[in-house]
Amino acid sequence: MDYFAQQLINGLVLGSIYGLIAIGYTMVYGIVGMINFAHGDIFMIGGFIALISFLILVSFGLTFVPVILLIVLLVSMAITALYGWTVERIAYRPLRHSFRLAPMLSAIGMSFVLMNYSQIAQGARVKPVPPIITGGYTLYEADGFVVRLSNVQIVVVVTTIVLLAIFTWLVAKTRLGRDMRACEQDQTMAALLGVDVDRTISMTFVIGAALAAVAGMMYLLYYGLVDFFMGFVAGIKAFTAAVLGGIGSLPGAMLGGLLIGLIETMWSAYFSVEYKDVAAFSILIIVLIFLPTGLLGRPEVEKV
Amino acid sequence: MSAAPLLAIKGLRASYGKIEALKGVDLDIKPGEIVALIGANGAGKSTLMMTIFGKPRARAGSIEFDGTDITEVPTHQIARLRIAQAPEGRRIFPRMSVAENLQMGADATDSTEAERSTSLERVFKLFPRLQERLTQRGGTLSGGEQQMLAIGRALMSRPRLLLLDEPSLGLAPLIARQIFEAIRTLNKQDGLTVLIVEQNANHALRLAHRGYVMVNGLITLSGSGSELLQRPEIRSAYLEGGRGG
Repeated sequence: MDYFAQQLINGLVLGSIYGLIAIGYTMVYGIVGMINFAHGDIFMIGGFIALISFLILVSFGLTFVPVILLIVLLVSMAITALYGWTVERIAYRPLRHSFRLAPMLSAIGMSFVLMNYSQIAQGARVKPVPPIITGGYTLYEADGFVVRLSNVQIVVVVTTIVLLAIFTWLVAKTRLGRDMRACEQDQTMAALLGVDVDRTISMTFVIGAALAAVAGMMYLLYYGLVDFFMGFVAGIKAFTAAVLGGIGSLPGAMLGGLLIGLIETMWSAYFSVEYKDVAAFSILIIVLIFLPTGLLGRPEVEKV
Repeated sequence: MSAAPLLAIKGLRASYGKIEALKGVDLDIKPGEIVALIGANGAGKSTLMMTIFGKPRARAGSIEFDGTDITEVPTHQIARLRIAQAPEGRRIFPRMSVAENLQMGADATDSTEAERSTSLERVFKLFPRLQERLTQRGGTLSGGEQQMLAIGRALMSRPRLLLLDEPSLGLAPLIARQIFEAIRTLNKQDGLTVLIVEQNANHALRLAHRGYVMVNGLITLSGSGSELLQRPEIRSAYLEGGRGG
């Protein structure tokens, strides 16, 4: 039971990171109907920018951790958002009225571009950082087994919850959110009602990238390392999470993220660590066969 | 008839891919007029409505609104000029509430809070049903309610020109009559200028001050509503055999 509780905590933390990335997939799919395969690499870029801005702040002699974290968070969100905007602008927008596969192929290409760019700019080696947030709480202790909740886990989960709350509010209550939903449901009608569709699509990429940057930073804090290849597997897992939750559904992306995080962690804990990716991707296949609309996805037919 | 037209369309051509849907259309609407555009399915009536919004873009000819050439203005900026459309198929946002659908209309012209509540009152007065359904999702409304919502949403942008594409399509006669009545009220009380596309020529021509008949992407006839109603070719093509009175 203690072992299970510990895995539950670990799974939820990992799931938060997947969920943050999954939102970017599902939002973009909802509004332009494509899978943005470069999104995992945007997450990787976010991790690198977090690392770089962290090192710069420390070299300036800043030592107060909460301030460092806040600045790193804002800087990585801002710069990664710029990457997301640029990718859409140069790789997807020119292809918007092309055949359906074109932007998707372009996205795969963009994924390689970002990966190789990071490899050239930052080197191929894994970049480790010493733990930035240390300490934690012992929740339970018996028979020599300890259930621990570390401070970094608390930071990851709390940051995720806060950002998701802001994001949910933005989509549900603000004009930008309404415009995004309008474009998702009927782009032509949105344009007739004065919505600048191009700008709204750009904003979708910007917001998705900003959330991926948060995930990248959380990954850096939690695992203490980044490398140019980390976006690939994390991206596909987050994509799996988005499909599991129901592609196009925002709560679905979050739920899917948590479930994939839990499944992966539990599988590693009770079966084998080597096959944890197999477990996650088996879920993708099973969902696609038996539940193509996902857990919270909407049925195809809408009464009109 | 000396007033300058609010909307003046000259030699307008537009196509969908290789199919030319408008082959040189001339049409104008004076302030305060209701103009009906009638014609068979596929004549190009809806294309004309959409071309005013630049979807599709005109290939030739010009569209002037209130003296300004708007032929090349981007679609999303047309609404800012206070031209509103309740388009073919209603196109309400199915997964937004009725209130949000109406808000989309108010956003189209960056309405202030006061303007928004005035417009909302007007819409509720015309269509009390919408007020009862405010929190319901658009996709769950009946056809008639969706049509009311589509018109209501267009009115929320405080239009100077309202384009209505087949507002009576698929509606029970009683509801269709309510909608026509609402259009008449808007025109009489607020002086709203309206371009209405209808297959129900009888209703539309009775409602309108003037009418245009469109055949295969061209205007073939025009005149006052009552004049057109008397024309034998109109009677045989659009009235008899269709539904009457």
